[in-house]
Amino acid sequence: MPARKLIASSAIALVSIVLAAIIVVSEEQWVIAAALVGALALSFGIAKTSAGQDFAALLQNSGPWIALLIPAGTLAIGLAFHEEHFALMMLATVLIYSLACIGLNIQFGYAGVINFAGAAFFGVGGYTAAVLGNTGLPSLLILLAGGLVAAAIGCILILPVLRTKGHYAALITIAFVLLFRSFLEVNHTLGGPQGLRVEGATIAGQELFMGIEIGSFEASFYLNYVLLALVLLTIFFLLARFLEKSWIGINLDSVREDPIGAAVFGVNVAYWRIVSFVLGNVLIGIAGATFAMMQNFIAPSNFTFQQSLLMLAIIVLGGIGNLWAVIPAAILVVVVPEKLQAISEYRILVFAILVVLVLRFRPNGLFPRPMRHFRREVGQ
Amino acid sequence: MAILLEYLFNGALLGVIYALVAVGFTLFFGVLDVIKFSHGDVLTLGAYSGLGAFIILQFLGLDIPFVGLVIVLAAAILVTGLAGIVIGQFFVVPMRGSPAFNILLMTLMIGTAIHESIRLFVPNGANPKAFPALLPRTPIDVGGAYLRLDSLLLLVLGIVVIVVTNWIVRHTKLGLAIRAVAQDGDTAQIMGIPFRRIVLATFALGSMLAGIAGVMNGIYYSEINFNVGVLLGVIGFSAAVVGGLGSIWGAIIGGFSFAALQTVWVLFFPELSGYRDVFAFATIIVLMTIWPTGIIAERYSERV
Repeated sequence: MPARKLIASSAIALVSIVLAAIIVVSEEQWVIAAALVGALALSFGIAKTSAGQDFAALLQNSGPWIALLIPAGTLAIGLAFHEEHFALMMLATVLIYSLACIGLNIQFGYAGVINFAGAAFFGVGGYTAAVLGNTGLPSLLILLAGGLVAAAIGCILILPVLRTKGHYAALITIAFVLLFRSFLEVNHTLGGPQGLRVEGATIAGQELFMGIEIGSFEASFYLNYVLLALVLLTIFFLLARFLEKSWIGINLDSVREDPIGAAVFGVNVAYWRIVSFVLGNVLIGIAGATFAMMQNFIAPSNFTFQQSLLMLAIIVLGGIGNLWAVIPAAILVVVVPEKLQAISEYRILVFAILVVLVLRFRPNGLFPRPMRHFRREVGQ
Repeated sequence: MAILLEYLFNGALLGVIYALVAVGFTLFFGVLDVIKFSHGDVLTLGAYSGLGAFIILQFLGLDIPFVGLVIVLAAAILVTGLAGIVIGQFFVVPMRGSPAFNILLMTLMIGTAIHESIRLFVPNGANPKAFPALLPRTPIDVGGAYLRLDSLLLLVLGIVVIVVTNWIVRHTKLGLAIRAVAQDGDTAQIMGIPFRRIVLATFALGSMLAGIAGVMNGIYYSEINFNVGVLLGVIGFSAAVVGGLGSIWGAIIGGFSFAALQTVWVLFFPELSGYRDVFAFATIIVLMTIWPTGIIAERYSERV
């Protein structure tokens, strides 16, 4: 790639990170509003200008090293504002939701398996962390357990999900998320409506509840969770990217686009749908466990149908199947409503209208998933 | 025995309300193959406009029992019918070609916008509102069981509305057009049926049913809040899907089945009554596994 294009793309990446930092950190209403307008202009720029197209192609087609942009950007923001509790919590929440939404993307974006129960599997991960928190298991193992339990509970739904199609399949997961919530509300062993306390994470002897102190550098303890979520997100982002670019990704795409055609060509449709559903739930469960440890507390009201919709809104607003788009969309959905204090009462209303408008006028999302370059990927 | 009768009666009333909501879902799905998830919140809108009409009547001193009911119902029907047309005209019909999921998410967000607007712009809207007793509450003694007169009248009203809807769809010219559009929109257009007008009429009809259900729900519980439509919408959707989308009888069967599931659970496990929705939704998942396209399956198989 010529140097000029590389410079233009780096500039776009830098501007994106700066805008993200402003939106996450700033408390001034007009600054946030200006940054939002800037971000909107940037999203149009990426979609319409040739420099933007080059940038999108760079993100999509370069080697795995490009994923280093995520830790680079996050660390820059995290270290620059290492004392701001609220900003760092927002940052960690964005990373955690991005992780969960990558799970949803594997299910819905790649294999076309619709999952309205994202919040429920997120909650399964969280409650697993709460229940296992006092057993003295290592925290990383608990995180993994959160993912595995979510996947195991998801297995109950495999048969109904495989047998139904379209709107009928949507009902299965909608029924499950409602069932899950009302089960938690009335089940007293799991804390009922009051919820449960969750033990914070302890990694390599370091309690994440204590902020890092090195000399004069004193960080908020949320920085620890930013780092934890960042490591998880980077690992699973790379895995999902490899998955997309491998023959598995091609199988999943064919299953989504035309199940009957795929079956005719010998693709095992049911098998790939199961794989994507289980894999996605593992990611969502891990994200839920991390979220619970960070919050130190979970309650059924965190895991409603509305929460599932917010997660789906993230992947739809970003652009279904586009891994990179998850992060800006998560910032939009998670951070912006918290930040716009001036309209705090009206934020859900404004947010709902925003989603309606995007769906009505940009139905492919703000950053549509680019077309697969099959020849380049198989190296012919 | 008497208790059983009371359970049966309350279950039937819930079933009628669910069935009214479900019939709306099934009508929309029939003509456009879309799920309009704002339906539940249109129901809330209906209940609140009914309440508003009642407050105006009270102000004018015209709150006579049956006249009041008629005017409240008329207000609810008018507002929900209009809401159905507006949502259909500006959001659903133009999105006809886009993926089903986009429409689902969009209508859900429209629904969210509706109930948030009610919460914010109705005075004191975040709190539950008392709904007026528009019908006499006299208890009636039926073989030792006490049934409320207003509930009995509501049950009759609901059944009449369902029968009338079925008659409209089966035996009128409008119904014929609706069924033609449901079967094949393009062919119906070639035959001279004004597609858009029929679709909007269907949206108005379905939404009016939600308005009636909203008022009935308000009278039955004597209370409404801005969130009432969310769960009712999901239940109505479940009922329509379990019954088989596109089939009116399926929606009615689905609505009564859902109420039956809840009632049966409470009847057998009164101390675990909190789990009734868990049981009802779990049963729905099982039913969907057995009949993946609903109890009354769609008649037209998918084209490759």
